[in-house]
Amino acid sequence: MSEVLVFAEHKNGHLPKTTLVALGAGLELAAKYGTKCVAVVAGDGIEEVATRVAGYGVAAVVMLEHPALKNYVADAHAQALAALVKELGVQFVLASATAVGKDLMPRLAARLGAPMASEVVAFGDEGTLIRPTYAGNALATVELSGPVKVITVRSTAFEVAAPSENAAPVRKVDAAIDPSALKTELVSFEETKSERPQLTEARIVVSGGRGLKSGENFKTVLEPLVDAMGAAMGASRAAVDAGFVPNDLQVGQTGKVVAPELYVAVGISGAIQHLAGMKDSKVIVAINKDEEAPIFSVADFGLVADLFKAVPEMVEEVKKLKQS
Amino acid sequence: MKILVPTKRVPDPATNIQVLPDGSGIATENIKWVINPFDEIAIEEALRVKERLGSGEVVLAAIGQQSWQEQLRTGLAMGADRAILVLSESALDSLGIASVLAKIAADEQPDLVIMGKQAIDDDSNQVGQMLAEMLGWPQATFASKVEIKERRCTVVREVDGGLETLAFTLPGVITTDLRLNEPRYASLPGIMKARKKELKEVPAESLGVDLTPLLKVKELRAPSKRQAGRKVASAAELVSVLHSEAKLI
Ligand SMILES: Cc1cc2nc3c(=O)[nH]c(=O)nc-3n(C[C@H](O)[C@H](O)[C@H](O)COP(=O)(O)OP(=O)(O)OC[C@H]3O[C@@H](n4cnc5c(N)ncnc54)[C@H](O)[C@@H]3O)c2cc1C
Ligand SMILES: Nc1ncnc2c1ncn2[C@@H]1O[C@H](COP(=O)(O)O)[C@@H](O)[C@H]1O
Repeated sequence: MSEVLVFAEHKNGHLPKTTLVALGAGLELAAKYGTKCVAVVAGDGIEEVATRVAGYGVAAVVMLEHPALKNYVADAHAQALAALVKELGVQFVLASATAVGKDLMPRLAARLGAPMASEVVAFGDEGTLIRPTYAGNALATVELSGPVKVITVRSTAFEVAAPSENAAPVRKVDAAIDPSALKTELVSFEETKSERPQLTEARIVVSGGRGLKSGENFKTVLEPLVDAMGAAMGASRAAVDAGFVPNDLQVGQTGKVVAPELYVAVGISGAIQHLAGMKDSKVIVAINKDEEAPIFSVADFGLVADLFKAVPEMVEEVKKLKQS
Repeated sequence: MKILVPTKRVPDPATNIQVLPDGSGIATENIKWVINPFDEIAIEEALRVKERLGSGEVVLAAIGQQSWQEQLRTGLAMGADRAILVLSESALDSLGIASVLAKIAADEQPDLVIMGKQAIDDDSNQVGQMLAEMLGWPQATFASKVEIKERRCTVVREVDGGLETLAFTLPGVITTDLRLNEPRYASLPGIMKARKKELKEVPAESLGVDLTPLLKVKELRAPSKRQAGRKVASAAELVSVLHSEAKLI
């Protein structure tokens, strides 16, 4: 059998959009090769989430269970998945290029002796895959050979899987794990708490850069705009490095890649590394006091202005709209 | 403590990359070559670990061409002790690179490997995780803080939605994120000293590792360019076009 196996990442029983995109991409790849798409959910006590995954058009769901899989750790997950891949005889293993996908899939590939393509944005002809390189300055067409191929997909590049009428069968598999090979201990997880939409799920993203000048200004100047627009908040590397906002808000080549319907860049110059993470947004707005800033070369609407004056004005205008 | 730091040569991140019209690669004239920024952070971290412990050795390893000597010398000038350059003229994939590094690790027996999370040319983010698996070692990727006490290593990782802390007993593989440290510059005495440090060249074929790539790059293309739109005169106009024209708010 040659199938597409999608690693369906979950967060405490919740299915993030990135997982639905992985399922969508897996279904697309399976359709291209005239084969089946099977999903695997790994963890401990995951029946509910596995049942939910079964409702997204896949042919079957494997519930890979083991106490060592309760929390995500690379070595345990790579072991369990590699054993499953061998048992099923799958041709493609696919996951979303999230922090977990990026951490796990190369380790799995090495365990399988399989080649891997990261952050695939399209499936080409004759088995080729398209992926950005050089911070998005080049699109590479790559070809993987061997019986198993490992892929992560960029979540902005594929459609989410649609809910199906019929639920696929769910099969429980006790994961094969050699506990003596588990060498990592998960000590703690410090969650960045936020009431706002997730950066990778939001319809609108408002990002701030070094131009905001301080974390305090992020709160008092940018956040009112973010909230008035019901947006997620993002940031440039410079703003994150300066400690204005938490690390996981970084948009770019080496941060998160987003493609919302509207991206508003405030006080961000538009370095290529930043553009790599947002230039596929549907509509881009830039607010910058320097009319030569490279961000304007990708912006649909540009406002050359001092952000400390323009942003509060925008907040007023948006509030007026909402009231009328 | 012996620390191995894989080091890649890449175009300076400020380079304006141009894809060749025939799709065979990028234009390389006028490129300034540098140490992959994430590897520079890895070298810095290795040096700090060594300095904190008061003893140890930092060994750089690269798989590339003769020209890569330049970046290895820079790493030696930062303070690394010696370097190994595995010479290969053919294109290797991540599995091949990781296999060579695994062979070097088997020979050198380092206590720790610290390397970049991602090479900023291929943007793969694969080799560290592959190497960890090949060695049967724990991995802590995307590190923003590293602490080592005796043989116990605690790493804070930048992940989705927050910061995760992992711990393992050495040996292990750590890959660096941007916030781990700020790399030092090579000092003038450092540059002088680096000239005399060992930089050993080894032909890839001599390692007895299968290097046949399973991933081949067939073609590079320039992505379609986004057109610049128009300027608006005021915040009020901006909100108004987003509302009535783009229908976004
Ligand atoms: C290996 C590597 C990886 C990287 N990865 C990323 C990444 O993933 N994401 C990322 O974003 N960057 C990344 N970078 C960094 C990138 O190269 C830039 O340095 C960074 O994006 C700059 O952030 P910025 O635009 O906020 O700051 P700056 O470039 O300093 O721009 C600030 C802007 O604010 C404007 N401004 C200032 N004051 C005001 C005001 N009062 N009103 C209006 N405008 C104002 C200025 O005109 C300027 O254009 C990476 C770099 C490297 C080397
Ligand atoms: N040719 C190479 N020589 C030495 N180290 C490399 C090489 N290629 C990749 N690496 C290491 O692997 C890391 C991740 O690279 P990549 O998986 O290609 O994104 C880099 O930051 C380097 O530390």
